Amino acid sequence: MYMDKQITALITPSAPRIMAERQPRIAARDVNIYYGEKRAINNLSIDIPDKAVSAFIGPSGCGKSTFLRAVNRMNDTIPSCHMTGEVRLDGKNIYDRDVDVVELRSHVGMVFQKPNPFPKSIYENVAYGPRIHGLAKDKAALDEIVENALKKAGLFEEVKDRMTHSGTSLSGGQQQRLCIARAIAVNPEVILMDEPCSALDPIATARIEELIDELRQNYCIIIVTHSMQQAARVSQLTAFFHLGTLVEYGDTDEMFTSPQDKRTQDYITGRFG
Amino acid sequence: MSDHIAKAYDNDISALKTQLAEMGGIAEEQLANAIQSLIRRDTALADQVIRGDELLDNLERRIEEKAILTIAKRQPMAHDLREIIVAIRVSSDIERIGDLAKNTAKRTHAISEALPRNLSSGLTRMGKMAQTQLNQVLNAYAKRDDEMGLAVWRADEDLDALYNSIFRELLTYMMEDPRKIGECTHLLFGAKNLERIGDHTTNIAENIHYLIHGKTITEARPKKDMTAMMRPSDE
Repeated sequence: MYMDKQITALITPSAPRIMAERQPRIAARDVNIYYGEKRAINNLSIDIPDKAVSAFIGPSGCGKSTFLRAVNRMNDTIPSCHMTGEVRLDGKNIYDRDVDVVELRSHVGMVFQKPNPFPKSIYENVAYGPRIHGLAKDKAALDEIVENALKKAGLFEEVKDRMTHSGTSLSGGQQQRLCIARAIAVNPEVILMDEPCSALDPIATARIEELIDELRQNYCIIIVTHSMQQAARVSQLTAFFHLGTLVEYGDTDEMFTSPQDKRTQDYITGRFG
Repeated sequence: MSDHIAKAYDNDISALKTQLAEMGGIAEEQLANAIQSLIRRDTALADQVIRGDELLDNLERRIEEKAILTIAKRQPMAHDLREIIVAIRVSSDIERIGDLAKNTAKRTHAISEALPRNLSSGLTRMGKMAQTQLNQVLNAYAKRDDEMGLAVWRADEDLDALYNSIFRELLTYMMEDPRKIGECTHLLFGAKNLERIGDHTTNIAENIHYLIHGKTITEARPKKDMTAMMRPSDE
């Protein structure tokens, strides 16, 4: 733990296994996020473990995506949005004045609900980030970065013979894996995923889930999902949000079998009124 | 607990509860009749029990099918998941109780003479106790009453103790008159069946606890069935 301020959410079980096994990579403390007058996140504090998948679940409008976007300062782009509190990445508050947002986003990558490849070639989609961040010293090095990223995203074999084709010519599932390759090409520590499978069919979903499971060996992954089964399948830590409040979080196994809070129980069993 | 958003989900789960209640009622009747048939050497009643077991087998199958289908359709979580898993387990325990009742009834045919009085009263007591245990645990399950279930769980040692004494008694009869060995063995199995029924009631109690708390009972169950270690020379 980076700070010892009180965490207000229920923790299930009281000493989650995943917290004991992994170092925290992200620590949020007393986070409040407002859209104009309306408070979207209410005094939220949580530790997110490294090399693990953390799932944020909750009904629409509960604030899970808002908080996710706070982790790479995507909310900065919304004029009416402001925030108090701290989000620390490896101990450093990402809202400090001296933080370069572009630099930050190379450490905290993001994958969105709808696959959004650039209208460029498959190669360029992945090469773009490393090039602007100056990660490759020459063409050969860049080729290698692109190939590795595509391999890690499980897409290389399918696209290696058509790297010059447009990224948008791929199927939905392939496009989403291309976006994941694009995110990991800049060597991030954290990958944020905002409902990455909601526009995909079950087969493409299974492939992305398989990929997430592989990626967690090396990254801190946060996934926002409306599918409780998906959260149960892919994550080690689950956090339940309701009306802007983090209600309960802890080991996924326990959260889906014996949650403590009635709201969590009602939500995951399909009783939410 | 409040209702599910999907009404049909509530119906699925309540259908399981209803079928289990039905199954429990039949098992109680089967057990009562099996005990009566053995003690009174009523072969007609015994045959009725033997035929009746099929009902329990069918119900167990129906409950299992319903439970599997509900899991496939609803992907139950938390308490709902426990509810369904426990229904499968409890129905399997009740089915086994039915088998043991049937096996007890079957032995009626092999007993030709009236039982010695104190043996008959011992078996009657054991039968009553097994019936009470079954009745209590089924009530505890229907009411989701953990305390009531735990009382059954703890009381099983009394049934074990009674089985011990019947075991000793039968051993004595067999030593006194080897011609009675055949009959006494059947009675011994009958008593053993009642003792096993007690064990199944404790399984059900453990499942009630799991259903309510999401945790298994951690303390060790008190046991008094010592017959596995007994030799005739101990008498």
